[in-house]
Amino acid sequence: MKPAIYLALAITLAFGQPAFSQETVKVGAIEGLSGPIAKYGVPIRHGIELAADEANRKGGVLGGRKIEMIFEDSAGQKDQALNAMKKLLARDRVIAVLGPTLSNEMFAAGPAAVERQIPAIGTSTTADGITDIGEWIFRTAMPEADVIPVTVATVKKRYGIKRVALMYSNDDAFTKSGFDVIKAAVQKQGLEIATIETFSTKDTDFSAQLTKIKGLNVDAIGISALAEAGAGVVLQARQLGIAPNVVMFGGNGFNSPKVAEIAGKAAEGFMVGTPWFIGKKDPLNQQFVAAYKQKFNDEPDQFAAQAYDSLLILAEAIERAGTTENTRLREALLKTDHKGVLGPFRFTPHRDPASTEGVLVLAVKNGKFDTLD
Amino acid sequence: MLAQQLFNAFVLGSVYALFSMGFTLTFGVLRVINLLYGFYVAAGAFLSLVAVRDIGVPLWAAGILGAFGTGIIAVACDSALLTPLRRAKAPELSSLIVTLGGVLLLNSLMLLIFGAEVRRFPVTLLSQSPISFGVLQIGEVQLVIIVIVAVLVTALFLFIERTRLGIAIRAVAENPDAAALMGVNVDAVFIGVSFLAATLIAIAGILIGLNFNAVHPYMGEPLMLRGFAVVIIGGLGDIRGALVAGLALGFIEVMTAGYLSSNFKDAAAFAAMVATLWLRPSGLFGRSVTRRA
Repeated sequence: MKPAIYLALAITLAFGQPAFSQETVKVGAIEGLSGPIAKYGVPIRHGIELAADEANRKGGVLGGRKIEMIFEDSAGQKDQALNAMKKLLARDRVIAVLGPTLSNEMFAAGPAAVERQIPAIGTSTTADGITDIGEWIFRTAMPEADVIPVTVATVKKRYGIKRVALMYSNDDAFTKSGFDVIKAAVQKQGLEIATIETFSTKDTDFSAQLTKIKGLNVDAIGISALAEAGAGVVLQARQLGIAPNVVMFGGNGFNSPKVAEIAGKAAEGFMVGTPWFIGKKDPLNQQFVAAYKQKFNDEPDQFAAQAYDSLLILAEAIERAGTTENTRLREALLKTDHKGVLGPFRFTPHRDPASTEGVLVLAVKNGKFDTLD
Repeated sequence: MLAQQLFNAFVLGSVYALFSMGFTLTFGVLRVINLLYGFYVAAGAFLSLVAVRDIGVPLWAAGILGAFGTGIIAVACDSALLTPLRRAKAPELSSLIVTLGGVLLLNSLMLLIFGAEVRRFPVTLLSQSPISFGVLQIGEVQLVIIVIVAVLVTALFLFIERTRLGIAIRAVAENPDAAALMGVNVDAVFIGVSFLAATLIAIAGILIGLNFNAVHPYMGEPLMLRGFAVVIIGGLGDIRGALVAGLALGFIEVMTAGYLSSNFKDAAAFAAMVATLWLRPSGLFGRSVTRRA
């Protein structure tokens, strides 16, 4: 037995360290590439690959060294994410890690990166407290709490609303926290809250709440719900004769084509905020969408866009640091000032996204979300 | 606003009543708390949806297909799951548990076939814009619901009270063994009741799918819970009680949400159930419980 193991090990080592290893800059990525999570992980991988190709085509980093991506599959599992992180840090000796995909995975795997003092950048992890894991954890994903205030401010500016009604499903942690953010944003904008109505995620009838809201003569209705229940609310609001000039807006749960599909005409004019939108007319974004479609024969999503920007942010930081040494790289990351497909990007001193300039507010137009005129 | 809320309550209550009448009918005759009814709601809606969208039949025909198709599924399920237990004279708990297993299995199968996403009937079937009657906003779908429920309820009462089959059903509900001795084909009555009850419930599912534009495998679940409340308030097995209690539950929910707080909507509905169990354990129109023993 034993000699066979040593032989296997020797072969692994021989092939695991190609002759050019001194010349590439190794970057790890832990993503959910198999199982149900793959619908997020695969676009993220594609976004990273596209960015790495582009950076390498432009001459790589540090005077011609190529970026070599090493992908590990976490399948959305905390323990697999942690094992992948350990492998990337100890065996591959990567200089930085992108991912893992899920916040829970980052909570499990992040501490290993902190211990090794290697930067880990969450590109899709939006939970509270991600960057509290430690000094080496960065995040480029914009939490919902940053998006909703932009939506509320935009609705107020555009329609001059003064009195709003709020609705949310009170049996779901995600929609409840979304509601808390909407409420805080509405209060910050100095708007009057006429009523707060609740429903359950499985409800189909919202007529009682909406009839009450109709009687209160509000200018707008803010809703925190998942797409399906939310679309039902929107549909019934219009059926009950809530006038089209009463603006409706929602949290991230509404960020789905399902809304217009289920609510039909009633969804027209519904407003929602998003960190990224495929139809954004900015040339950088259009170029990214075209390149992505050509390479992967598929449309990019928000997660692909965030991953794409994240790798370019890292490549720039390596270049600025002038070395792959960890503390200098961390310093350089903190000084990020990147123009990406999501808009301008900087980190706060706490390593979270600093700017909401890139947030877009969309409205349903002819059955589809589109940018405002 | 009160008029609109009363109307909302009436529409919601009608659907609850229709579902609960099917639910209570099975209990009254088969002595089974049949949890499969949650599945029949979704089955009816999906069958009609497929008929409308993929086969392209008109809506009324799709409704009939959905209702009858579900009736046939119900007869098959009952023969497979409940008849053997009935033959073995198993206790009521066994049939409750077997239907619980059945509904979980069937809902999961449905999830495999159709996926969890919410579907809707094509937008063009019924007009979405409301008709105004003074202060009232009434949608075409809501009118359809009220008319269909009214017709079905009247027909059901006439059927149970006036026809020979209706009398046979009542006789079996009273005492299956005695009814069999009087020459009633008890097995046929069981099959007929399964079919009839599932048909009513499937129609409730179709109407909900049309009104609220949400057709998905688990759409029957909330209705199932409401059904329990209605059937207990109205008295287990009491069709008239189910009608009144169904309308009352719609009224309680809408008025609580409209004038108290939507936070208490579900709580109020189930508080009514608990209160009924305290004050009138055999339901609003309850006769003595001992009669059934």
